Amino acid sequence: MNHSVPYRQAPAADQLFDGDRVHRDVYLDPQVFDLECERLFARGWVYVGHASQVPNPGDFITTWIARLPVIMIRQPDGQIQVLPNRCAHKGAMIVSQPSGNAGKLLRCPYHAWTYRLDGSTLGIPLRAGYEGSRLLQTEAAQGLERLASETYRGFVFARAAPEGLPFREYFGDMLSVLDNLADRSPQGELRIAGGSLRSVIACNWKMYIENVVDAVHPISTHESAWQTARDAAQGWPDETPLPTELAQLLPFGSGHDFYRDAGARVHAHGHCILGIRGSIHSGYAPVPGYEESLQAALGEARTKAVLAFTPQNSVLFPTLALKSSPQTLRIVRPLDVGRTLVEIFALEPVGAPPELLRRTLTYNRLVFSPASIVAHDDIHVFETMQRALVHRGNPWVSLHREHHGEERELPAEASGNSELPMRNFYRAWSALMATD
Amino acid sequence: MNVSNATREALAEFIYEEARLLDEKRLDQWQDLFTSDGVYWIPLGCDQQDPVDHASITYEDRLLLKLRIDRLQQPRAYSQQPASRCLHVLQLPRLEGADGRMYRMRTPMIYCEARGDEQWTYAAVARHELVPHEDTFRIRLKRVDLLNGDAPLPAIQLFP
Repeated sequence: MNHSVPYRQAPAADQLFDGDRVHRDVYLDPQVFDLECERLFARGWVYVGHASQVPNPGDFITTWIARLPVIMIRQPDGQIQVLPNRCAHKGAMIVSQPSGNAGKLLRCPYHAWTYRLDGSTLGIPLRAGYEGSRLLQTEAAQGLERLASETYRGFVFARAAPEGLPFREYFGDMLSVLDNLADRSPQGELRIAGGSLRSVIACNWKMYIENVVDAVHPISTHESAWQTARDAAQGWPDETPLPTELAQLLPFGSGHDFYRDAGARVHAHGHCILGIRGSIHSGYAPVPGYEESLQAALGEARTKAVLAFTPQNSVLFPTLALKSSPQTLRIVRPLDVGRTLVEIFALEPVGAPPELLRRTLTYNRLVFSPASIVAHDDIHVFETMQRALVHRGNPWVSLHREHHGEERELPAEASGNSELPMRNFYRAWSALMATD
Repeated sequence: MNVSNATREALAEFIYEEARLLDEKRLDQWQDLFTSDGVYWIPLGCDQQDPVDHASITYEDRLLLKLRIDRLQQPRAYSQQPASRCLHVLQLPRLEGADGRMYRMRTPMIYCEARGDEQWTYAAVARHELVPHEDTFRIRLKRVDLLNGDAPLPAIQLFP
């Protein structure tokens, strides 16, 4: 093993994952980031938003898929489309508000080119001036070319590349995670509720995703948080129920055996579920009346199955992290090679007791806020990795934990302490990063 | 409002002192400035009225404040190696209203936090609800509206 590879002789982008370790360039190299924007984020099905954010025709939200600004907009016929937020004329952003209603058409603030809500060109002022020119033969006259998009149980995904894996094939059984979330509502309906928290971290987006499916670090990294919670809970009178926040913090002290037994499962195309048999979320007190309301809607068997699924996290490759209980949705958005935005949302199961949304909002505030005493230690670690990996030394980052041999058969289960989720992630990453 | 100049002055003094306790990291004394049902709230937006059914950056009662302060003392609070420091630069705290014996104060400010080689600066408006306590006051609510509360924010580790 040659560990003294000079920095500049790193392998090609799709060779940066070595089966059980990954080259630091995946986190550090701006050219790799450029390729991710061009290939990975274009070819994968990326979560854009939720149908509940655009209830009426003309309603829109704006966001980004890596470097591509997009508009997610409700059509007059009720469909949701995802359009590039970039005028076909000179590239101005058509819409600059985070959300709103566009009325009947989209109108560029620069030269007033207009588009229907589906992105097709409506009007080009001074059209006569383009006669005899090549405009109509160019892409500029083709309107806002909508992205391939699919909405599943309200979750809207888009693929910027015109070609790629069909939606159902890409996600496979992972769609059951979305079903589980939606079925937590007696009406089968979710609603993004209570606003979103936004945390920016000076690290590469993949460090954050790996951490989402890492069960080994909480006991060490978050010791200051769980130990403090444990000390506070010591003196708590037995008859008084613990406040929600203590109940949510204490399990961060769970030991390695707990996570090992909770297990993990990886799926084709980079997805995974950490905690297939349970997690730090499995021990919360039930909410009065909730189970009964679900049983009325789903029947006893399905209710039992839905409520039993409480993973630590599910990751829908590349950048969507979901909890099932609480109903937390995180988008991990790459801003730059060393800068990542995490957007944290709460999904309200419509028709369920209000306590469910409150618990989710409490958890998000406690664990994902920029002021979270749990997030602080993760952010610290990521930011030191981003700074320290640059310097001379071993350029390879270990993903060896519980690597026992060939890992081709999918889906596959492993112990919750395995780094199989990360290896599986990078296998999918390498596949999408390959040249055509 | 029928509030004497002496009281207005005392209210402003209290808020300047509160900021000083935070800047000097006298956090046990600081948390004792809150009533037993006191709350420290950093909402997401200045229009936000609801701390329960809406996200906030923090929403902390005495228990959570104690957890946060105790955690800062933990030997393995890694995000505090090195430790953060803060400074509050306040405009004159002004009385906005009084409901019986509860005073509502408004204080625009600049809050700076520093850690290692970095410093972050935030503009904010602090709103206090103060109630009399012996010859001073206690905080029933400290609400801090960051100018950019709904923007992507880095770690905020101390107390704006």
